[in-house]
Amino acid sequence: MDLSYTDEELAFRDEVRAFMRDELPKEMSDKIRLGDELGKEGQEKWHAILNSKGWLAPNWPKKFGGAEWNAVQRHIFEEEAAAHHAPRIVPFGLSMLAPVLQKFGSKEQQDYWLPRILDGSDWWCQGYSEPGAGSDLASLKTRAVRDGDHYIVNGQKTWTTLGQHANMIFCLVRTDPDVKQQEGISFLLIDMNTPGIEVRPIILLDGTHEVNEVFFDDVKVPVENLVGEENKGWTYAKYLLTHERTNIAGVGFSQAGLNTVKRIARAEMAGGKPLMANPHFAARVAQVEIDLKAMATSNLRIISAAAAGGAPGVEASMLKVKGTIIRQEINDLARRAVGPYAMPFASEAIEGSNEALPDPHEAGPVAAQYFNNRKLSIFGGSNEIQRGIIAKVMMGGGQ
Amino acid sequence: MNFDLTEERQMLQDSLRRYLRDKYSTATRNQILESAGGMSADVWAQLAELGVIGALFTEEQGGFGGAGFDIAVVFEELGRAGVVEPFMDSALIGGRVLAACGKTELVEEMIGGGLQLAVAHGEPTSRYDLSHVRTSVDGGKLNGRKAVVMNAENADHLIVSARASGDEADEAGISLYLVAKDAAGLNIQGYPLLAGGRAAEVTLDGVEGELLTEDGFAVLGDVMALATMAQCAETLGAMDTATRLTNDYLGTRKQFGRPIGTFQALAHRMADMLIEMEQARSAVINAAGNLNEDTRTRDMNISAAKNLLGRAGRLIAEESIQMHGGIAMTQEYELAHIAKRITMADHRFGDTDHHLERFIALSAA
Ligand SMILES: Cc1cc2nc3c(=O)[nH]c(=O)nc-3n(C[C@H](O)[C@H](O)[C@H](O)COP(=O)(O)OP(=O)(O)OC[C@H]3O[C@@H](n4cnc5c(N)ncnc54)[C@H](O)[C@@H]3O)c2cc1C
Ligand SMILES: Cc1cc2nc3c(=O)[nH]c(=O)nc-3n(C[C@H](O)[C@H](O)[C@H](O)COP(=O)(O)OP(=O)(O)OC[C@H]3O[C@@H](n4cnc5c(N)ncnc54)[C@H](O)[C@@H]3O)c2cc1C
Repeated sequence: MDLSYTDEELAFRDEVRAFMRDELPKEMSDKIRLGDELGKEGQEKWHAILNSKGWLAPNWPKKFGGAEWNAVQRHIFEEEAAAHHAPRIVPFGLSMLAPVLQKFGSKEQQDYWLPRILDGSDWWCQGYSEPGAGSDLASLKTRAVRDGDHYIVNGQKTWTTLGQHANMIFCLVRTDPDVKQQEGISFLLIDMNTPGIEVRPIILLDGTHEVNEVFFDDVKVPVENLVGEENKGWTYAKYLLTHERTNIAGVGFSQAGLNTVKRIARAEMAGGKPLMANPHFAARVAQVEIDLKAMATSNLRIISAAAAGGAPGVEASMLKVKGTIIRQEINDLARRAVGPYAMPFASEAIEGSNEALPDPHEAGPVAAQYFNNRKLSIFGGSNEIQRGIIAKVMMGGGQ
Repeated sequence: MNFDLTEERQMLQDSLRRYLRDKYSTATRNQILESAGGMSADVWAQLAELGVIGALFTEEQGGFGGAGFDIAVVFEELGRAGVVEPFMDSALIGGRVLAACGKTELVEEMIGGGLQLAVAHGEPTSRYDLSHVRTSVDGGKLNGRKAVVMNAENADHLIVSARASGDEADEAGISLYLVAKDAAGLNIQGYPLLAGGRAAEVTLDGVEGELLTEDGFAVLGDVMALATMAQCAETLGAMDTATRLTNDYLGTRKQFGRPIGTFQALAHRMADMLIEMEQARSAVINAAGNLNEDTRTRDMNISAAKNLLGRAGRLIAEESIQMHGGIAMTQEYELAHIAKRITMADHRFGDTDHHLERFIALSAA
């Protein structure tokens, strides 16, 4: 075992650093650092910058235009990206749908959709959840009925992240209501501009418009948009979820968040001393840092093992649970650190009078982020569901 | 011993609860949250009419209550309904400071509902330290900057603390001034708050005010003790709502063909929330019942309550959201607002760590 980076890995890290320094636009990283929304245009711009470098799809095989990085390279990239406050890559097309198409899609589907993901022609969103089907995803009701060379889709999806920007949605739909729940589900690609689709915003508790409801009323979808076989969608859905979960560990985000907490706590005064010198606060920070160091290594161990032997299973669940707990704890520390300045709503609110504030730009969004990131332990299969999976697999029992 | 409310307090609680249940729905509150002023003048007037403000003052002060349990009863109900009108800052803190400084007429006006106040004490670098004042007074003119001043824009008068002598963290040398809203040199820059209501950054540039007292620290110490206790009671009410909503949700939301409350992974956590609620209620009773004891006993009980409510509140807010799943994250659902109020309460009058340290210091004294 050797925990230090090899010379090649160090060289790769330098290359990533140079790229971040030279290619990541300052106004973008400023926005991310201050917790502002990047917006659709900003996201697309960052994707294009990464794509022209050939780094937009680190996890894709080279034959599909990916970088085919190994686990260590991906880790280095994520760490550097987060440290430089690079935007998060919108995962729906790149790291959720693409692996499914690459494994289960037809040659035509791969040839058509994958390049469009890379060049930004399509913005994908994920149509899994429904009002009655959250954790119990297999109980989904949105119906797709075959009618000649089309499916007719009726139903409702919800919690559709960034659906307001998307032109394509990948959906789980029920194609056979008469069999065991999991056996009657299909995986369908749907153009959001088809007549009969309506997208309605849901405003989250921190005031952001991040998720949506999507309604389908007699929506016609060509049969060539079916991925794999009819009624086999559950298999593909589960495959996609393991990919979704590995990305949720978020080591890089946690590291960047921890740096921010320390920066704030060194500037904030409490009882005449920097907050960072306060034993109670320092202990909380140290505790989460210790957890994060171990998790970063767990993350590397798990993805290296997975790189050798296929998609991670139960380990992905472990990373998700621990990773979200750590990130949420860091969000909690950040809001504590700014004291009464956690209370104002939105960073713009105190702009214009910023000279005398401790650091209004960093204080402004931290409490909102704390609330927004409660989602981390809910979506992508809640932490309770992940614990259920861990217990079932490791203990052989079930819940 | 007797843990029952007196008849008067029981009546106050009942009428307040009934009014808020009927008139302060989630939809109504969400409208108020989005309004420019961040509060409803109608709700203010009607609650003043119901005696909500009068209950916060003693008979000598022109009210009909004013004891710890009167204040606790009122704020628990306000918290239960997630009320955003500034009863804490304008009525309790502002009013009790004026009462302590003998401004009887203004207090009467305030109890009648016709006056809004704001207390400008905290500063950008004071965090939760009550004695930390940099704003200065020199030749009767106030200069400095006050941070996150609640209700400043709505206030007819601001009560401003300023240092007449001593170093920036000294308890001695802090005076309180009454400053008119339209005083020259007063600048108020307002903004909305995450948990509702509005606050402002207030700058004072050679502002003239009327001296209320030269013993500002003592007055603030007493009033902030009341306010901290009231905040604990308010948070208790909000925690009770979060717990009730979650309990109801666990019984009705079905996944995998059964109510999610039948999953032991959730049922046991619900049980823990209920246990913490009992602890929190007792901590508030301790704080309210010891308000008239010697300062050290009083403050130990208050710090104990604020620390415990901070911990139990975090647990209940976070668990309530988690056990609701996505729905709790939506702005329009009642729990979202309640959870934000519980969490943001930790940022007022000293957070969980601040009161832990204060409790340790007082225990050692
Ligand atoms: C911000 C956000 C973004 C999202 N983005 C998307 C998206 O882009 N696309 C998409 O399809 N979906 C998305 N989701 C939906 C997300 O996947 C669901 O919210 C999640 O699956 C939980 O479902 P639910 O909200 O219906 O909660 P429920 O399933 O009703 O769960 C409520 C509570 O019960 C618990 N629970 C349920 N079953 C069990 C059990 N068997 N044992 C123990 N505990 C249990 C849960 O853990 C949770 O605590 C998003 C959600 C959020 C909040
Ligand atoms: C110091 C001591 C003194 C005692 N004195 C007496 C005495 O004077 N008289 C007497 O009659 N008995 C006495 N007991 C026995 C005591 O009541 C039992 O130990 C107790 O009922 C637990 O039973 P068990 O040890 O068989 O554990 P188990 O019942 O086997 O439980 C093992 C674990 O499983 C958990 N568990 C079991 N069922 C469930 C469930 N449905 N859901 C979730 N978790 C579950 C338990 O909480 C525990 O963590 C004593 C025990 C101790 C340790």
